[in-house]
Parts: sequence; structure tokens; C-alpha cells
Amino acid sequence: MELLKDREKQIYRTGKEPFALSCDQDSLAGAVSQRACVFCGSRVVLYPIADAIHLVHGPIGCAVYTWDIRGALSSGPELHRLSFSTDLQELDVIFGGEKKLKRALYELIERHSPKAAFVYSTCIVGIIGDDVDAVCREVSSKTNIPVIPVKSEGFMGNKRAGYTAACNAMDQLIGTGDTTGISPYSINILGDFNLAGEIWLIREYFERMGVEVVANITGDGRVADLQRCHGAALNVVQCSGATMELAQIMEDKYGVPFFHVSYFGIEDMAQALYDVAEHFKNPEIMEKTRQLVKEELEKLLPKLAFYKKALQGKKAAIYVGGSFKAFSLVKTLRLIGMNVVMVGSQTGTEQEYRELAEITDPGTIIVDDANPLELTSFLEEQKVDLFVGGVKERPIAYKLGVGFCDHNHERKEILAGFSGMLNFAQEVYSSVMSPVWRFTYQNGASRGKKSNITIANPNE
Amino acid sequence: MSKNPPNYISTTNACKLCTPLGASLAFKGIEGAVPYLHGSQGCATYMRRYIISHYNEPIDIASSSLSEKHAIYGGGANLKLGLMNVTQKYRPQLIGIATTCLTETIGDDVKSLLCEYDKEVQGEKPIMIHVSTPSYSGTHMEGFHNAVTSVVKALAGRDGEQDMGSGVINILPGFVSPADIRYLKEIAADFPLKATILPDISDTMDGAAAEVYEKIQPGGTPISAIAAMNNSVGSIEFGHTMGKDSSGVLLAEKFGVENTRMPIPMGISATDNFFDCLSRLSGLPIPEKHQAERGRLVDAYVDSHKYIYGKKAIVYGEEDLVVGLTAFLAEIGVMPVLCASGGKSGKLAEMIQQVTADVLPEQPQVHEGMDFYEISEMAEELAPDLLVGHSKGYPLAQKLSIPIIRVGFPIHDRMGGQRILHIGYRGAQQLFDLVVNACIAKKQSDSPVGYSYM
Repeated sequence: MELLKDREKQIYRTGKEPFALSCDQDSLAGAVSQRACVFCGSRVVLYPIADAIHLVHGPIGCAVYTWDIRGALSSGPELHRLSFSTDLQELDVIFGGEKKLKRALYELIERHSPKAAFVYSTCIVGIIGDDVDAVCREVSSKTNIPVIPVKSEGFMGNKRAGYTAACNAMDQLIGTGDTTGISPYSINILGDFNLAGEIWLIREYFERMGVEVVANITGDGRVADLQRCHGAALNVVQCSGATMELAQIMEDKYGVPFFHVSYFGIEDMAQALYDVAEHFKNPEIMEKTRQLVKEELEKLLPKLAFYKKALQGKKAAIYVGGSFKAFSLVKTLRLIGMNVVMVGSQTGTEQEYRELAEITDPGTIIVDDANPLELTSFLEEQKVDLFVGGVKERPIAYKLGVGFCDHNHERKEILAGFSGMLNFAQEVYSSVMSPVWRFTYQNGASRGKKSNITIANPNE
Repeated sequence: MSKNPPNYISTTNACKLCTPLGASLAFKGIEGAVPYLHGSQGCATYMRRYIISHYNEPIDIASSSLSEKHAIYGGGANLKLGLMNVTQKYRPQLIGIATTCLTETIGDDVKSLLCEYDKEVQGEKPIMIHVSTPSYSGTHMEGFHNAVTSVVKALAGRDGEQDMGSGVINILPGFVSPADIRYLKEIAADFPLKATILPDISDTMDGAAAEVYEKIQPGGTPISAIAAMNNSVGSIEFGHTMGKDSSGVLLAEKFGVENTRMPIPMGISATDNFFDCLSRLSGLPIPEKHQAERGRLVDAYVDSHKYIYGKKAIVYGEEDLVVGLTAFLAEIGVMPVLCASGGKSGKLAEMIQQVTADVLPEQPQVHEGMDFYEISEMAEELAPDLLVGHSKGYPLAQKLSIPIIRVGFPIHDRMGGQRILHIGYRGAQQLFDLVVNACIAKKQSDSPVGYSYM
């Protein structure tokens, strides 16, 4: 396929030329990027905080397209599942939206008694110049709850800038709560959003190790936990793009150290637990961790063997929001016998792409900020059997007659942790091995002729 | 007739979408078209996600991807770059350019920018259609209708070379499903009469599996057919809540094409009206096949009337859809108790009155500008037996433990939203069975007896 000239630098093929890939740029006009905007970045990070109201200040679109879209579960309040908007109208745009924002905040705070309110600025608020900070300060002082502006005007950068806005917003909560009684063996979980209940599984692992979890940031998150989370001994950061900056802020301000983990796949999941155990230098915790990993693997590995055999040699492509997740996916897909032939993300950094290029096989396509036509051509060129991505990638896979695994916000299956690894293998298997591909035309089928795709028998 | 609903400042769980989304969907119904949003990147991506989750089809919406400096100095350069890139990559016949709240507010003059583009850029250029869609004004339906009007304004009568033959009827169906559009085409073919249906999302948003992936999904109203709409014998326009500058009105005023506005034909009465109009415009009798479908529908109404008589329903969604649904529900004996929409045409109550006055003993409450918080609040008192509308009403149905009949857009919690048939005798038959069976299922599951036939 002919590429747009301005896009060529954001695509790299491993093996031949030395690594070079440009990224973290504004999306190219007319290229149909799969990215969203600053607002999206901050909204996805803060969304799971379940006892706060999330008020989107702007016309209706931004609020309505983010209504209950993530599978981020709460064990208690569910304010995050409501879509609040100031629904700005033409007159508000002309005369300013501050008054409406203020009245909306009072109304919603009185109605829902939230523990905090986040106010998201959308594109138009940045243009009409509402003083959102001043409104938030005033409402906060009158209602005695934190009312926090999130500077998420859509045009003020790309999705990564939204992560920064979210981290800055959370920074305003942290350090205001009481930290007494927190164990010296304590952590905050950063960068897990409790999709399908994943953070509960991860918390359970840490609890079995004897480690206290102070705050979930942000899956099943609570304002009070955030307020006291500077009392934790360690920040364990997943999804580096989203909450990395918060970890850095907390290290600078409160001296809380941090490191990266990933909970996807056996290798990374076990490493995450061992890293935490290692950090605390407590033999009892380390022993419990070894025991935990052993127990989990004993249950998991025999079951995985079947999938590995069935999926051996199949080819996979990955396109996800943050490239950090792509690392785990490359390893995880290998573990079930598959070869990754394309990896891309919306918001990866040069360092992340460089490392991806190092761990993938020669001939792998690495792509930043791709679009449907590029993805289509890469999938066709590499003749993949599976595409791992989000909702926007799904129809691309299906129209090409390729299996698909949703690894994004909307999924309803746990894919993290040891049991998540099994779910992942099952989901990949159920798409790649479905008999429906015998009818799709790309696989050589036509009316009266089914393609010769082999279907493995799970009972063999 | 209607109590005043609570007048809240904030909106919670809106019952409407924004204008550029409607425009993008309308542009998708034109052959060879690519929708393009002049704004920041997020709008296009959010709308794509929202639309994909309903239709399960690719929808590529391009964007100017404006950043901070463009917001300050104007987005013209990015608009032109974006149009060039879309032209190069997609080779579209038409680019439908909708603005967003950002570009409307910074004051980009898209019309002049397009004139500049036309002068500056050499070589093959697709047709550029511009529609103004600030999202702080109106809902997705205003965006949809305004996009269709912009297309008709720009193309109808344009070349003078088009010859679709005589006796063509324009059908302007508004925002209905791909299945509805396919059915309209079948009806036209059965008469047989020539119809130009604009927009036509029957293939573009419900495409068949194919060996080759097309950059732009095949299907949509041919541009040549739109260009010839000024020669048609008449237009039939579904819906009454759009403004005076609808495409049907435009064709009438500019070219003298007789325009008949009617509610979306849902249920027998409204569909009779539609078939009569087709018959009158074409001078042909209503095909036997459709008479027979009507007969089976009447038979079905009779068979099942007792299961649903007097059931109270809350109907919500786009205003014209709500009018169509309310007329249908009323004629089968269901009592609509609240008709709600996020739209604000000012005409909803009047339209509901018109289509139900002869059948409903009591008019339902009718409210525009509603959100789901307000609908939920009113539902407490109204104690409905069922909800009829898109899938965003599900949380309310769950809270009330009542069935929801999923119609319209979006359907995000079930498969097949693109294949729901709403209109005509056949659509009424399908909706009727859904309503009846939902009521039977509810009675069955609420009963400890476990009846195995009703």
C-alpha cells in the first residue's frame, strides 16, 4: 500500500535498517487516526474513581460518548457510571459557561453527596475562556469537598497530555488524608482500572503475600484512599503511560519509590509479585510469594498446554492504546505458541518502540498512531490469524476474515493475573479456531466450497 | 396535557447525541463518500467507536486533528492538508465536511477555505460538501438532516446531464436502519417504481463479507441520482420535527418537486398512508405482496391483542422515531404514558397529538429536552410495563424490572441493531411480535407456575 509521506517515519520494520521511528506527535490531519484526544486520556484514567462525580463541562457529545463505556467495576458506589454534563448551548457559548457550571455542580453535589467532583474541560471551554479553576475553588469552599478541575481541552495535545491532566488532578487529592495505621509492607496499585474485576484479583494476590494495598489507582478507586495513599511504602505502576507521572510526582513529593510491572501473562505477573516481595526484603513475604506463584502455575500450566498446541505457529498482530501493554502481549502470545508480526500503539514512546523492536522477530512491523487503511494493509500483508486491539480495530479484523481479541476498556473478561492468562488463551482460541472462518472469502471459500481451515478438537 | 418536568441545570445520561455524529452518518449514506470532521482528533474517534458498537461495520471518519496552535491561528491549513490526505488515500467521490464546536467557535470560515482549496489544489478533486454542525446547537438529528439538505442543495440539478428516466420518486427517510432502507428498496422494486433514497446506509453500514476490503464500503445513494432529484415527480419525507429547510422542502421550493411529509411509517395507519402516497405518485396499485403482508399483520394484531392491551409504555429517543413508535403502540392497544426526547423541536407534543388523538383515550405526557435522569424520575410515578427505545434505557428497565424493546440507535448491548426493521407492515409485524412476546415472557417469568404455553 502507498503510505502518506508524512506517515512513513512512524512505521518501522525490524531486521534490516537500524531502529528509527518517530512518535509522540500530533496526529496527521486526514489520516483517520485511531487516537482520541486529551479529554479521552484524562477521562479513562479518572473514570473508575467510583465515589466522585465526573462532570464534563461542554456540549453534550464528550459526555455522552463516554457514558458507562469502560468495564471498570466498583465494589460499592457507582457514580462513575453516570454521565454528567453541563450540556452547553449556544447562549452559554456566547455569554460563558461559568454560571451554568457552578449551578450544575451545586445541584449534582447536593443530589449525590459525592466524596469529590472532577470537572473536565472540553475543547470549547478552552476557547470561550471559562475560569474553571475559580468556579471549582468557590464550590469546593462552600460544599467542603474537593472540586478538582481537569485540564483536558481536546485540542491541547494528544491522549498522553490527558494522562498528565489526570495525574495533576489526582495530585491535588493526594497528601490530604490521614496515613496512620498503614503497614510498612504496603503498596498502591497504579494503572489498573479494574476491568471485569481485575484489580480484585491482583489485590488478592498481594494480600496472600502479606502486603497491604492502600489505594487502587484508579480501578474501584475511592477518594479517601487517594487522599492517604502517600502513606504507602511503594507504588507499583502498570500501564506506564497513564499513571507514570503520578508515580514520579509522589516520589518527588513524598519519597514513595515506584517501579513498573505488568499483570498480563505468566512471566510478567509472576515477576510483578516477586519484584514487590524483593522490595520489602522480608523472607516471609518472599516465601508466601513463591508459594502463591507455584500454586497458581500448577493449576494453570496443564490447562494452557492444550491451547499452545492448538495455536502453534499462528500469526498475531497487536494494536493497543499504550505500548507498554504490547510488551506483555508479545510475550503472552508467544507463550501460547503464536508469532507476533505487527505491533503498534496510539501513544508509545521511542524507548518503548525501540525495546519492542528488540524483542520481536525480524520482519515485524512496528507502528505508531496507525489508521484503518494502514492496519488493513499490514494485516493483509502479514496474513495474520488474530488481531488484538479495541473496538475500533474489531471491524477491521472481521472484514478481513481474521480472529479478534478485545484487550481494551470494554471487555468483560479478566485478562490479567494467572487466571486471566487462561481466559486470554481461551478467548484467542475461540476466535482463531471458530468454524465461521470456513465461510469467509479471504480464506479461499466461496459458495459451495468451504476453506480448509482445520478445527482442533479440545478433547483430543 | 403535560405536567412540567423537573427543570435541572445539569444533564445526566443524555437522551441525544451531538450534531456532527448525525452528519457523519448521513454522509455515510452517499456512494463513495468519506465523512470528515473539522475539529480536534477526539470527536472523530469517539463517534467512530460509538457507531461501530452499533453497526459492527468499519466507519472511517477523517479529522483535521487540530492542536493548540490551530485553535489560536485558525484550522485552515490543517483542513486543506486533511482533505488532500483523504483524497490521496481514499480516492472518494465526495467528502462530507462537518464542523465541530471547536471550529465553529474559533470562527473558521469553512466555505471560504474550501474555495481557496479549490483554487490552490490542482488535479482531481472530490466533491466537497460542507455542513455547519456546532454541537452546542441541536442534536444528532439536526446534524443528520442538515447534512442531507447540504448535499441536496449542492448537487440537485447540478449537472443537467442526469437522466434517471421519468416517474422517479424521492424518498427522504431520515435516520432509519439499514434494514429499513433495504425494505424501502424492495417496496419500490415491487411496485415497480424508481426511487432515489437519500441517504442510503443499507450497504455502507451493513455490508456483506467480501474477498477484498474496500477502502470505502460499496453502496450508498449514487451522486448522479442525487443530482437528478430535481426531476422527480415527488418527494416523500419521513418526519415532521425537522426545520423548514429540510431537503424535501428545498426540492419543492427550488425545483417544484411536490413534497409530502409524513411521520415515519410505523404501524398500520402510518404505513397505509405511505403506500397510498407511493401509489398516488406512481399511478400504480399497491402490490399484492404488500397487501398480503398487511393482512397477516392485521391477523397478528387480532391474535395477540389481549396480551398487551392497556400496558403502559415509556417511549424515548429521537423525536420523529418517538412519534412513529407512539402511533404504532397506540394502535395496538399499548398506552404510551411518557414520550420523551433529548431533542427540542417544539413540535413533539403536537405531532403525538396528531397521530394518536383518534385512538388514545388520554394523551401521554410529552417532554422534549429530557435526559435519562428525568425519565427515570418520572418513571417512578408512572410505573410503566415496558420501555421502548434504544439500548441506553437498559439501566432504567433493569431498575424497574420491566422489559425493554430495543429499537433505533444505538443498540450497544445486543447484536444486530443494524438489522432491526422498524417501518412498514413488515417492521410493524416484527416490533409487534417483540412487544407481545416481551409481555408474555415477563408474565411467564414472574409466575411460579412455569406455564409452558400461554
